[in-house]
Amino acid sequence: MKRNYRLEKRKYVIAISLIIVVAIYIARLFMLQIVSDDYKKYADSNAFLHRTQYPSRGVIYDRDGRLMVYNQTAYDVTFVPTEAKGVDTLNLCRSLGITREFFNKRMKEISNRRLNPGYSPYTNQTFMTQLSAEECGMFQEKLFEFPGFHVQRRTIRQYMQPTSAHILGDIGEVSPRDIKKDPYYVQGDYIGKVGVEASYEEELRGQKGEEILLRDARGRLKGRYKGGKYDIPSTPGHNLTLGIDMRLQMLAERLLQNKVGSVVAIEPSTGEILCMVSAPTFDPRMMVGRQRGSKHIQLARDPLKPLLNRSIMGVYPPGSTFKPTQALIFLQEGIINKATPYPCSRGFIHAGLRVGCHGHPAPLPIIPALATSCNSFFCWGLYHMIGARRKYGSVQNAMSTWRDYMVSMGYGYKLGVDLPGEKRGMIPNAEYYDKAYRGSWNGLTIISISIGQGEVTATPLQIANLGATIANRGWYITPHIVKEIEGGQIKPIYSQKKHTMVDKANYEIVAEGMRQAVVGGTCRRAEIAGLDLCGKTGTAQNRGRDHSAFMGFGPKDNPKIAVAVYVENGGWGATYGVPIGKLIMEKYLTGELSPESQALAKEIQNRKINYGIYKR
Amino acid sequence: MRSVDWTTIIIYLLLLAAGWLSVCGASYEYGQPDFFSFNSRAGKQLVWINLSLVLGFVILKLDEKIYDWLAYIFYAFMMLVLFVTPFMSDGIKGSYSWIKLGSVSIQPAEFAKFVTALALAKFISRPSFTMRNARDAIISTSLILLPMLLIIMQRETGSALVYSAFFLMLYREGMSGFILFSGIISVVYFVIGIRFAEVMMPDGATPVGEYAVLLLIAAITAFFLNIYQKKKWPVFTVLGINIGGAALMTAWSTYVSPFDVSHGLYIVAGLTTLFLIWLWLKERIGSIFYISLFTLGSVLFLYSADYAFERILEPHQKVRINVVLGLEDDPSGAGYNVNQSKIAIGSGGFAGKGFLAGTQTKLKYVPEQDTDFIFCTIGEEQGFLGSVAVLILFTILILRLIYLSERQRSRFARVYGYSVLSIFFFHLFINIGMVLGLTPVIGIPLPFFSYGGSSLWGFSILLFIFLRLDASR
Repeated sequence: MKRNYRLEKRKYVIAISLIIVVAIYIARLFMLQIVSDDYKKYADSNAFLHRTQYPSRGVIYDRDGRLMVYNQTAYDVTFVPTEAKGVDTLNLCRSLGITREFFNKRMKEISNRRLNPGYSPYTNQTFMTQLSAEECGMFQEKLFEFPGFHVQRRTIRQYMQPTSAHILGDIGEVSPRDIKKDPYYVQGDYIGKVGVEASYEEELRGQKGEEILLRDARGRLKGRYKGGKYDIPSTPGHNLTLGIDMRLQMLAERLLQNKVGSVVAIEPSTGEILCMVSAPTFDPRMMVGRQRGSKHIQLARDPLKPLLNRSIMGVYPPGSTFKPTQALIFLQEGIINKATPYPCSRGFIHAGLRVGCHGHPAPLPIIPALATSCNSFFCWGLYHMIGARRKYGSVQNAMSTWRDYMVSMGYGYKLGVDLPGEKRGMIPNAEYYDKAYRGSWNGLTIISISIGQGEVTATPLQIANLGATIANRGWYITPHIVKEIEGGQIKPIYSQKKHTMVDKANYEIVAEGMRQAVVGGTCRRAEIAGLDLCGKTGTAQNRGRDHSAFMGFGPKDNPKIAVAVYVENGGWGATYGVPIGKLIMEKYLTGELSPESQALAKEIQNRKINYGIYKR
Repeated sequence: MRSVDWTTIIIYLLLLAAGWLSVCGASYEYGQPDFFSFNSRAGKQLVWINLSLVLGFVILKLDEKIYDWLAYIFYAFMMLVLFVTPFMSDGIKGSYSWIKLGSVSIQPAEFAKFVTALALAKFISRPSFTMRNARDAIISTSLILLPMLLIIMQRETGSALVYSAFFLMLYREGMSGFILFSGIISVVYFVIGIRFAEVMMPDGATPVGEYAVLLLIAAITAFFLNIYQKKKWPVFTVLGINIGGAALMTAWSTYVSPFDVSHGLYIVAGLTTLFLIWLWLKERIGSIFYISLFTLGSVLFLYSADYAFERILEPHQKVRINVVLGLEDDPSGAGYNVNQSKIAIGSGGFAGKGFLAGTQTKLKYVPEQDTDFIFCTIGEEQGFLGSVAVLILFTILILRLIYLSERQRSRFARVYGYSVLSIFFFHLFINIGMVLGLTPVIGIPLPFFSYGGSSLWGFSILLFIFLRLDASR
């Protein structure tokens, strides 16, 4: 064959064009595989399904280990419309115990994009929610007969007893704000909304885990990635033990039935809250699950405000329960001593001002003054203290000293209880009065604060804390609901003693006065032989009927419980405050109520205060 | 056997091994690594591979003369088979190219390649053959176009396009480079014209695509004029009337009254052609006539390209072309394949995820991952290194085939050799190009890699016949 050299050169054209093409392809591979990072990210979101593993939320016990809150498994039935073709509807309805009509109705609702904006025939749609294990058992057994249908497990909160709604609180779906605040949460997560559920959210929630699954182009799951090697298991939440005594709690709730008010009891030596009830209350089981929203609205609209935890959110004039604080200040400041008598002529009458009192022997020193709750004694005390110019230099200084004592006893500021929403109450200072009276004021102007009226207000928790402070003779531990976190530590402030500015000896005098009040004073009805209870009534003046209050502790020596009772518009302190306080202390100290006390409890329980007539 | 080119056989075996591993990777289902069972795609492919080795051995043992003797008989028989195939096929996935023989389906189009190559080799190796002879040129072109047409009738436009690779062989055998250039430039016109058909110039009436292509035609015309004749003024005349005309009309359309400037440019192109014919008559230089033909042909091609695009191509091919040209951007629709294929390859990174560790291909994100898109598996599991290795292996194979073809003493063997390497080149160019999102998605396999007995045997026969011819050169 003769060679054609001109044509033979064309092999180079062909070879070079091959090399150019391959070079372009290699450059392209270089761009795709080495330069650009995007494709790797696409690939991950393509093929990996990161499925969250939800931890079980910690459960809650009372102080004696009685279960209060636990998790209940509920089941959601879901289905993927495109996969659920050819399902035997009749069989399905029978297995789930629903009617054909209900099935058709649900199907129509689900595929209606107005009612269900997230509808897609390719993704899981919720068919029924929160079925119990029994309701869903048969369905689950026959699940293989219903292609495209799935059963999804979830847990809901459940409560052993219809009690303690305010302190336990509840959980609800996270709000966009929660998500913004803490990136731990994603849409659809649950978070504690109020009560312990909210304040111990981080302890209770545990740590979410993650399961990495592979899915194919149609979204079907193809098993675990690397056999679950990279899965992160979820960590269950910590269980909580509360200082709350559930029996005490239920008794207090019973006693406050048909009344508005609060009962708070504290273990003085630890600051643990034994009982914290706000009335009216509600059954926490109402707030479980899907009806939470509507029930919440219903409760929020109630004029008696059952959602309000009055124990920490209600600020009331403390009335005569305030008097022991005054006695402590006067004794400590040397305004009076144990024997200093003040006159009382059915009231404090001075310079044209009269503060009424009731009939009792006079003049009298501090102990009988506390026992009889003599208004005049404390008015004189404050009048002398604010007027002691030689000691303090000015009314302002005297007032500031007074205020500092009050703050040291836990008034005027939030105590720092481990519940959200605590109010601080009000303890006025000198600036406050300077402003209110343009600098022209004296002891007489502010005289009513000495008997817990006027500007001073306090929460029932602060009043109970006063009881604990007197019981401890001069110190308290910040009251708290949670006693123990399983596998965790409660905050150090809940174990630190806080000393007031008053000496122990003066506390002994006041404790004796409160004991005398029970023995033969205003709290006579609280006397139980052998328990050595101490108490102080309070009858707080109000625009409507007086509020009935009580603050006490017992036994006098080595006290185990301090309690505050506040019943709105309950009248005399002795009417509601004393018997309720007595019953609570008796129940806690003896474990059971005596037959007489049981009768009393029943009587109190059935008493009803008609709030309709008072302006709210 | 000693004279057989073992280099090529070793490359062939390497490609087969890499191909089988890729099929394992691509067809692997989680938890079912049964690569050796005939129930799995990998197992079946292993059987096809072994059978093709047997086939290759048999071919090497046969007398090389039978290919020359039987070339036309094979061709006639295969054209008949191609003709009847659509009537015997059951139309899987809209394609009528498969016939069932017992439990296996075979695709005759794959075997028609070596048959056509043999027929072309026999025809072109006639001593009197020359590409300058119109009759010879028409017959050799017809030998290529007949199987193309028959395969288009099977709705396998992709497989049919492979036969255009034979023009590369014809180029080596003396077809004018001008024709090859025209073919390639037509594709360029087509792509630019379609790609920018919907984009308008600032006047709002002129499509950018046609405008640009018409100016390109003028530029190429001027370029050729500059090469094939010595005078400068005709070059400036062509440039002047085209650029001047375009500038004037564009200005008029933009500032005075909008009209489709491309229509005006068609007239200018017509005037250019007339000028060239006048010049040819005046100067008597043959090249000028061809240049005028080129200009006219280009303009007519462009004018009809849109028509062809709208009427002749199948709807799915139109969509695929649109996607490749960036006209349609719908990741879950037509662009899905290419997009997923790029994701799979891109996620492989430098060294890849390792054998059977790819997630994209494993989880069936990439469609046809063990056939047309098998290169994705290599890209994902073997990374940049593996992909480049495969590309280089193919390059070495084709370069080796060029070398072997050139050393043939018989024209028959050389033509056949060039046919083989042109087909490999075309498959490599289109298949990897489409996987990388550079060429239109034309469903043709990657030789020795894509799953399937027909294509594997087709390529093996193609190659081994050449090795047999080479062995007895």
